[in-house]
Amino acid sequence: MLAVQHAASAPDPLSVPSNAPEHCPGTESELAGKADACAGCANQEICASGVTRGPDPALPLVRERMSTVKRKILVLSGKGGVGKSTFTAQLGWAFAADEDTQTGIMDVDICGPSIPTILGLATEQVHSSSSGWSPVYVQDNLGVMSVGFMLPSSKDAVMWRGPKKNGLISQFLKDVDWGALDYLIVDTPPGTSDEHLSIVTYLRDSGIDGAVVITTPQEVALQDVRREIDFCRKVGIKVLGLVENMSGFVCPKCKGESQIFKPSTGGGRRLAQDMNVSFLGSVPLDPRIGKSADYGVSFLDEYPDSPATTAYLEIIDKIKQQLDVL
Amino acid sequence: MTEVADTPVGRRLQHVKHIIIVCSGKGGVGKSSVSTQLALSLRGSSPNARVGILDIDLTGPSIPRMLGLDGHPVHQSSDGWVPVHADGSEARLVCMSVGFLLKKKEDSVVWRGPKKNAMIRQFLSDVRWGELDYLVIDTPPGTSDEHLSLIEHMAPVHSRLSAVIVTTPQAVALLDAMKCLSFTRAVNLPLLGLIENMSGYVCPCCGEVSNVFSTGGGEEMARREGIKFLGSLPVDTELVTLLDAAEPSPLSDGVTSGVNGDTNSASTFALWQRYQQTPTASLFSKMAEEIVRTLARDEGSATTPSE
Ligand SMILES: Nc1ncnc2c1ncn2[C@@H]1O[C@H](COP(=O)(O)OP(=O)(O)OP(=O)(O)O)[C@@H](O)[C@H]1O
Ligand SMILES: [Mg+2]
Repeated sequence: MLAVQHAASAPDPLSVPSNAPEHCPGTESELAGKADACAGCANQEICASGVTRGPDPALPLVRERMSTVKRKILVLSGKGGVGKSTFTAQLGWAFAADEDTQTGIMDVDICGPSIPTILGLATEQVHSSSSGWSPVYVQDNLGVMSVGFMLPSSKDAVMWRGPKKNGLISQFLKDVDWGALDYLIVDTPPGTSDEHLSIVTYLRDSGIDGAVVITTPQEVALQDVRREIDFCRKVGIKVLGLVENMSGFVCPKCKGESQIFKPSTGGGRRLAQDMNVSFLGSVPLDPRIGKSADYGVSFLDEYPDSPATTAYLEIIDKIKQQLDVL
Repeated sequence: MTEVADTPVGRRLQHVKHIIIVCSGKGGVGKSSVSTQLALSLRGSSPNARVGILDIDLTGPSIPRMLGLDGHPVHQSSDGWVPVHADGSEARLVCMSVGFLLKKKEDSVVWRGPKKNAMIRQFLSDVRWGELDYLVIDTPPGTSDEHLSLIEHMAPVHSRLSAVIVTTPQAVALLDAMKCLSFTRAVNLPLLGLIENMSGYVCPCCGEVSNVFSTGGGEEMARREGIKFLGSLPVDTELVTLLDAAEPSPLSDGVTSGVNGDTNSASTFALWQRYQQTPTASLFSKMAEEIVRTLARDEGSATTPSE
């Protein structure tokens, strides 16, 4: 049971540099730079000097950049393919429906960025100016940044290890010229790993308003949600609520409803209760949502009268209400 | 080419005939369910086949649940970790996952790359698999630390590595499947083929087939890229329930749900029996047969599998 012992004695995950050796004591630890594990680590000298017990030099730059962003929201899921990016896009579109609201979407899913496709920006490239990288705009008040805009070809695999991913995330946070934003929505890859730790490390100072967690109804997905909520608690992020996606399918022919991903253990609602987070609602499985995403158009605009649109809008309202009282 | 480098990983893996890595660019497309079904089907492919399944999705392990082994402890012996037996005393389907090492089911594993790398190395060198005909490896989505570590540790010491790519038919998934294919090419990992999962759904009320996640995209990608198309699997709600390790339906009366692997005796490997009643099982067994044939042929001709 070695792994358990390691996990239990692990330092605060946020203080382990991305290129640290496996038994890194954590840069803020008294042992930083002096433990056995530190021998040979690229950071050893810096750690031993005590500088690292102070903050990361990128932090003030991130804080500066984020000072003009009112609300920062993470969209998380434990499991893959549950509809995070699709939800992120709908949330962005819904916020941006108000002309006086400025919204940014940041896609930190580095290996599988789907935000450009979903927002219809698949062929766009990023431009840089003296004030930093400019986001790509879907419309005047909806800007987007994704690693997808920086790749020479969408076919290429992004085979990056943690440290490289973290470098890019810190650049996204300090170098993207968002301007003044009402909302910054961050779409993340599934799981709880480098990307998540980096985002939290860099944004903790500037304040993350909360996370929306997406799941599908079956137990295999819910067990990953429990882990994700546990992660949020460990690093001190407020969970705004849980959204259950793909909750039942309405046959376009007979209008009969069936459960594809059967909630065999009570689904999202029950899990939200058990883990004491708020349940924001369920979105039915509608094949037109996937089609809209493939074509890069807003489902909310295309099918304003569908039950899924109603569900999305109710959920988004609840998120807004929660953010307003903060 | 067959002499094995003398590393802990090499020593352990020299007793494994074929290693099959199941990957996908995108998450949630069915890697873990395909891994589970592949392991079950390979085990069923001959009366003596021994199959291992290694879950390297460290932050979202699904295999314990899917095999009905949630909460099962892993024992440490003087010769390393003893994998968990999914089929009880028969021990022809043995499994290792980080899920077995967690104390509580909601415990999150928040590890950065280097730590994940160390865990994967330990899985490859310290698990007492014994002699295996096949080792199926379930991976997390993407092409990052876990995948690179896997290749880094195995490629120098094992000559029979190959991959299966899983995708769903919609464009956003195919885009990522393409990246995954580029990955296998970049690291020279031979590809057994592409599986299109969740292709079409039969409405239980009226029988109408709906393309919930679209359809046909995988086959088209395989043709375009000149890779083997292993077939498509429909959306199967019975499979979801089975892999959720939910209570058995009244259909399969008298068979235990297999929550504790050790209670499964040789003749009533409950999960296998229940699996065979799902609509997907017969479709999948054809894919597994094809994979077995390809691997056997390549073994015969003593070359690595080709695309
Ligand atoms: N053909 C199918 N029909 C219906 N449901 C399926 C099918 N294949 C897989 N599923 C279900 O879809 C969900 C996702 O599958 P699975 O967990 O295997 O995906 P994954 O690619 O391993 O996901 P992750 O990226 O999170 O590891 C599971 O609940 C599984 O039971
Ligand atoms: Mg999986």
